Amino acid sequence: MREYVMGNGAIALGALSAGVNLVAGYPGTPSSEIIETVSKYPHEGVHLEWSVNEKAALEVAAAAAYCGARTLVTMKQVGLNVASDPLMSLAYVGVKGGMVIVSADDPGPISSQTEQDTRRFADFCRIPVFDPSTPEEAYSMIRDAFEYSEKYHTPVLFRPTTRVCHAYAAIEVPDVFEPHEYEGFVKDSQKWVIFPRLSHRNHGLIEERNVRIGQDFSGYTQNIVRGTSARAVVTSGVSYAYVRECTSDREDIKLIRIATAFPFPEDFILRSLEGTDEVICIEELSPYIEEQILKTVGRHHLNVKVHGKMDGSVPHNGEMSTELVADILGRYLGMELGKSVIDIQDAPQLPLRPSVLCAGCPHRASFYAVKRAMTGQKAYYCGDIGCYTLGNAMPLDMVDTCLCMGAGITMAQGFSHVDKEAVCFAFVGDSTFFASGMTGVVNAVYNEANMILCVLDNSTTAMTGHQPHPGTGRNMMGNIVEKVDIAMVLEGIGVTSIQTVDPLDLNAAISAVQKAASISGVKAILFRSPCIALTKSHDRCSVDRDKCINCKKCIREIGCPALVTVDVKVTIDRNLCTGCGLCVQICPVSAIGGDKSE
Amino acid sequence: MNKDILICGVGGQGTVLASGIIAASAAAQGYAIHSAETIGMAQRGGSVTSHVRIGRAHSPLIPFGNADILLAFEPAEAVRNLRYLKEDGVVIVNTTATKPVTASLKDSDYDGSEMTDYIRKKCACIFVDSEKVTKEFGSSRFFNIIMLGIAAGSGKLELDKGTLQQQIEKRVPAAYVDINKQAFQRGYEIGSKAAAGQNL
Repeated sequence: MREYVMGNGAIALGALSAGVNLVAGYPGTPSSEIIETVSKYPHEGVHLEWSVNEKAALEVAAAAAYCGARTLVTMKQVGLNVASDPLMSLAYVGVKGGMVIVSADDPGPISSQTEQDTRRFADFCRIPVFDPSTPEEAYSMIRDAFEYSEKYHTPVLFRPTTRVCHAYAAIEVPDVFEPHEYEGFVKDSQKWVIFPRLSHRNHGLIEERNVRIGQDFSGYTQNIVRGTSARAVVTSGVSYAYVRECTSDREDIKLIRIATAFPFPEDFILRSLEGTDEVICIEELSPYIEEQILKTVGRHHLNVKVHGKMDGSVPHNGEMSTELVADILGRYLGMELGKSVIDIQDAPQLPLRPSVLCAGCPHRASFYAVKRAMTGQKAYYCGDIGCYTLGNAMPLDMVDTCLCMGAGITMAQGFSHVDKEAVCFAFVGDSTFFASGMTGVVNAVYNEANMILCVLDNSTTAMTGHQPHPGTGRNMMGNIVEKVDIAMVLEGIGVTSIQTVDPLDLNAAISAVQKAASISGVKAILFRSPCIALTKSHDRCSVDRDKCINCKKCIREIGCPALVTVDVKVTIDRNLCTGCGLCVQICPVSAIGGDKSE
Repeated sequence: MNKDILICGVGGQGTVLASGIIAASAAAQGYAIHSAETIGMAQRGGSVTSHVRIGRAHSPLIPFGNADILLAFEPAEAVRNLRYLKEDGVVIVNTTATKPVTASLKDSDYDGSEMTDYIRKKCACIFVDSEKVTKEFGSSRFFNIIMLGIAAGSGKLELDKGTLQQQIEKRVPAAYVDINKQAFQRGYEIGSKAAAGQNL
């Protein structure tokens, strides 16, 4: 059958057609739709899970791979940092069944903290990496990745980028998927138990093996050279698509595409460089291929000049695009490759449109309650990763720090130890709490921190597209399961002050914060209210024009996108409003009323 | 046929559904098709774009100067994305502005009129006021299908009307099929009328 799917969908279908037996991962843009796609297609006999975090996902898959099962693990690039502990060791131990770890990179970055490069991680772990340019390639390469994994008994990395993950294309897939048959676990402690002796032996074997994989990759059909010219272009990933777009595959430009950056296909590049005395490397993120070509040129004493990020020809940061490639190649090749474009330099100033919390989002109310309760007091607000990072925006301005998943909880402790006067808050979402927040709470209790943990519980993983998690009572096998209760987890850890409050009840929420601030030690407040994007409220609020004195306190205090001024008067956009009623509780003259639907 | 359509707007305006219907219709008519969406943080009230490429294409994103149609759900977003348009392309633009929170906070008088005046000077355009045109449908959420109807009615989309209607039926909830089809028809009329008047 022919399916029109996103790159992430193509990866999922590629894995299903390769007979994958177990799929595990943690949501993260741009990788989240892989697991969701698997769940939407027939996958009988396949274990599918949103793991609690990436480390858990990789470990679950590792055991299955020891049994000979084919496994797919999915995450975004920063998730690979979380999974790096088991991955480094697994690289030494190896696998029996094929294991493909998809780590989606995010040049830009568009929805991430870092512009890290999974290809470099592959080099660091000494395991192969595949780098598709399009959804179509992703579909076929994921199957190749399984083959190589089993052939060389190693986990392999698979690195799409945002523009591959979120691009759509039509692919031809089988009507039925057959899970791979596997032998089961064969006990062998010399093989599966990592000890220094094993690591020493396997380290040597892995380096020998990688030479062979590099040779194997030199014949891999996705490493491509087309055209002829003394000045060549080397590229990888989605940049290959941009280069082809702006050069229209002209025969007088030699274009070399590396789909397997590690182990580097040296023989292939040596063959490709014949008749060439200059190359430019067009790649996103780090200059990985550029460095490998420099090494190759050095080792073989080739007279080839290498341009790219390291000589300033290509920018280090941000995404590539057809326009940027046209500009870079235009200069390098001395030809005009760009299109004529409407000049908008004389355009009126465009309004900035930063992402904001949705109208009616309960997080807005939680932040506002804490802000009100702390008026006039010294307080630090440690944020975390999720929709609620957007609490940093004006006018809320309630995120002082944000570092990585779960860091808010532990950073609030650090602040409390060195600044005894400040009230130290950590804001964490429900999914992030389970992913990497719980150990931080243990640390707080054990090391006698003085902090207030605010769990913003909206019963979903909202930012990445509403995935279930341990607190939701649903899992990816389609089962209703026991909810892991956050309050009980906190109680079990030994947090003695735990309050649960509806953030949309402003006065109750403010009192809860004030109460927590009056107690020393580790306190927790659970702000519980469902994500507004899931509940589809029919309630609306409206402004009584006769009562409104146009003081705009509502706009200044909470910055809800539904509160706008029309003809200088405050109005509520009924298409955005969800009737949450936060503004009703703020208006000093009671001019805003609710309009509950039947 | 080679045709690039850029859809732009603000997160939450339903641009993804519009692009999905165009892509599926083009595929149903046997064209090669690629598209790309903004997913993630920007969906929360930020600027969003959908790139739809019918026919031969390498890049998932439309290159600057290549779009035949710019389907703009918001006037400032139209200007922000104008560089994607071919010099002889057409912009279909909603004149009703979506005021960002930052503008409300600064008491800015941004209402989109400056943007529409600018676009008028720059290229061929069809204007539509979402506030007015959605009144009869009782909600702004059908505006995406109206925009799709305008693109089809203008003759610039060059996709079969029946195929588009079939894809709408397939992709909207059963309870809203009829009203969406009416919205499409309403847009189609606006598009045909504008095209006749402007000689597009």
